[in-house]
Amino acid sequence: MSENIVSVNNLSVSFDYQENFLSKKQKIKAVNNINIKIKKGSFFGLVGESGSGKTTLGRAILGANKISTGNVIFHDEERDFDLTTITPKEKKEYRKKAQLIFQDPYAALSPRMTVRDIIAEPLEVMKITESREETDARVRDIASKCRLNLEHLRRFPHAFSGGQRQRISIARALVSNPKFIVADESVAALDVSIQADILNLLKQLQHELNLTYLFISHDLSVVAHVCDIVAVMYLGHIVEMAPSRELFKNPRHPYTKALLSSIPSIDPENKSKAIELKGEIPSAMNPPSGCVFRTRCPHASQEGKEADIKMGLVEVEPGHWVDNCGVNCGA
Amino acid sequence: MKHLLEINNLDVKFDTDEGRITAIENVSLTLDQGKVLGIVGESGSGKSVTAKSIMQLNPGNTIYNDNAEIIIDDENVLKFTSKNDLKKIRGGKVSMIFQEPMASFAPAIKIGNQMVEQLMIHKSQDKKEAKNISIDMLNRVGIADAEKRFNQYAFELSGGMRQRAMIAMALSTMPKLLLADEPTTALDVTIQAQVINLMKDIIKEFNMGVIFITHDLGVIAQVADDVAVMYLGSVVEQGPVNEILKNPMHPYTRGLINALPDINNLDAPLTPIPGNIPSPLDRPSGCVFRTRCPHASQEGKEADIKMGLVEVKPGHWLDNCGINCGKV
Repeated sequence: MSENIVSVNNLSVSFDYQENFLSKKQKIKAVNNINIKIKKGSFFGLVGESGSGKTTLGRAILGANKISTGNVIFHDEERDFDLTTITPKEKKEYRKKAQLIFQDPYAALSPRMTVRDIIAEPLEVMKITESREETDARVRDIASKCRLNLEHLRRFPHAFSGGQRQRISIARALVSNPKFIVADESVAALDVSIQADILNLLKQLQHELNLTYLFISHDLSVVAHVCDIVAVMYLGHIVEMAPSRELFKNPRHPYTKALLSSIPSIDPENKSKAIELKGEIPSAMNPPSGCVFRTRCPHASQEGKEADIKMGLVEVEPGHWVDNCGVNCGA
Repeated sequence: MKHLLEINNLDVKFDTDEGRITAIENVSLTLDQGKVLGIVGESGSGKSVTAKSIMQLNPGNTIYNDNAEIIIDDENVLKFTSKNDLKKIRGGKVSMIFQEPMASFAPAIKIGNQMVEQLMIHKSQDKKEAKNISIDMLNRVGIADAEKRFNQYAFELSGGMRQRAMIAMALSTMPKLLLADEPTTALDVTIQAQVINLMKDIIKEFNMGVIFITHDLGVIAQVADDVAVMYLGSVVEQGPVNEILKNPMHPYTRGLINALPDINNLDAPLTPIPGNIPSPLDRPSGCVFRTRCPHASQEGKEADIKMGLVEVKPGHWLDNCGINCGKV
């Protein structure tokens, strides 16, 4: 039995893009040559700006995006699922094991279904339970684990606030008893006090139900608080990956450093020393050659030798991986 | 010294099908030239409604109380009725920046034309002059190829660029007062850092007053001189940003700070404020925070309290219910 629950090997995901029906088809590489292993029981964080490919990677792991090259393997107790060769029948089985929690709890819940029906839907669709009584029992069980008031099961989502709605989405994701959860910006739309509540709930459920999370977020302070391991993505590449304490104490890649320095400090006397990055994240349609970060990197050389570099992670300390271009320029 | 903006005893109510909702109750704020006043609070706390009252942008079912005053240049904005009077405020003395710049630019009109149009209306400049000012302004907010961008549409610009263009447009009429409603919330952190630095420079250069609305205490700490913490339509604590964030006294302000993940202290637990912000339809009587307050008494005597700010230290104002319970 493997200690990892997910292995991602040399994964790339590209999309076809055609500006209009006369122009040539182009390939956009959203995710490029990613290698990650997610340990069982870990809280794996994925950070990056919009357009960095975090969501695409998460969806590829769930089998919701087509994999272009490489593979994703999900290690279940008895068997492995290889998502590149998965059959539709196996995919149904896989759905029970791996689930997704969305960002916007207002958009994710059908306004015409009661909370009970929303949570029960996965059980019915996946034909997990055999009778209505059994379904009800499971719904009530998971609802109370997610600290939902059982009285509320008969109501419709419009009656609930953002935090309660997010708890309903979490209950729905967990009702099929999955082992692996992708939480895609699941607290981004919430107020800070509710965000704290949902993060605590996710942590608590992780211990209670033996869950492994892939936690996708753009908010570094949130990631620092809940995740064990963090990977930083930029333009489809992982540029740095390390245990979260190590990463936040000792960032090596210039992009990670810039991201960390950009978090506005709550101490008014600590006026930000943000390393200001020039410009914006380039379009994935024509990413820079060589080191993808070179167009914004404060350490990029005058001669532009970074354009010829081949990107790839190097282990600088046990468990701390940095892109090889970043190893040199960040020093 | 005369204040640039003075809001006195403002109540805002909305008439809805479900009844009359109190959105703002008894808010008084002042702002001086060259200063940034941050307003912070959760969604539904009335931050935006306060800002929109200054521009009279609240919808038609809005009811203001009779003794409320919003004074800019010795004139009470709330008494303005004619379109010409309002024009002096909207886009003239006061400009506003919104959270989502895509929604604030007309999608089918070139950015340049939108900038020129408002300059012609408010500053009665001729078209050529207005174009020069607009391009100059786009340059100043750090947009490369300003002349090219001038002829583009909003959808052709990236998020950060659009927010810069929005700032350029808001500033081109040289307002005395800028209302910035969550201007950096939709942006990535690195772009947010760029926009915050840009705004700080511009505020200094133009010496205007700014009301900066955000839910992010970190952003407030970086840009504001003073801060007002709002909860369910009332200001519960107010003062210099340094004092309020270092020495918060109201249980709500403390709750907001404790709920924030602190990157420098990863071991600190995240403490949520218990419960949810109540619906404005059943706004608690007395102290509005009492339903979530960890210090609320068993007997519920907070239900009879009349809210109001008291100066507990020079410049540090605290709601009178918070004075007692915050000490625990």
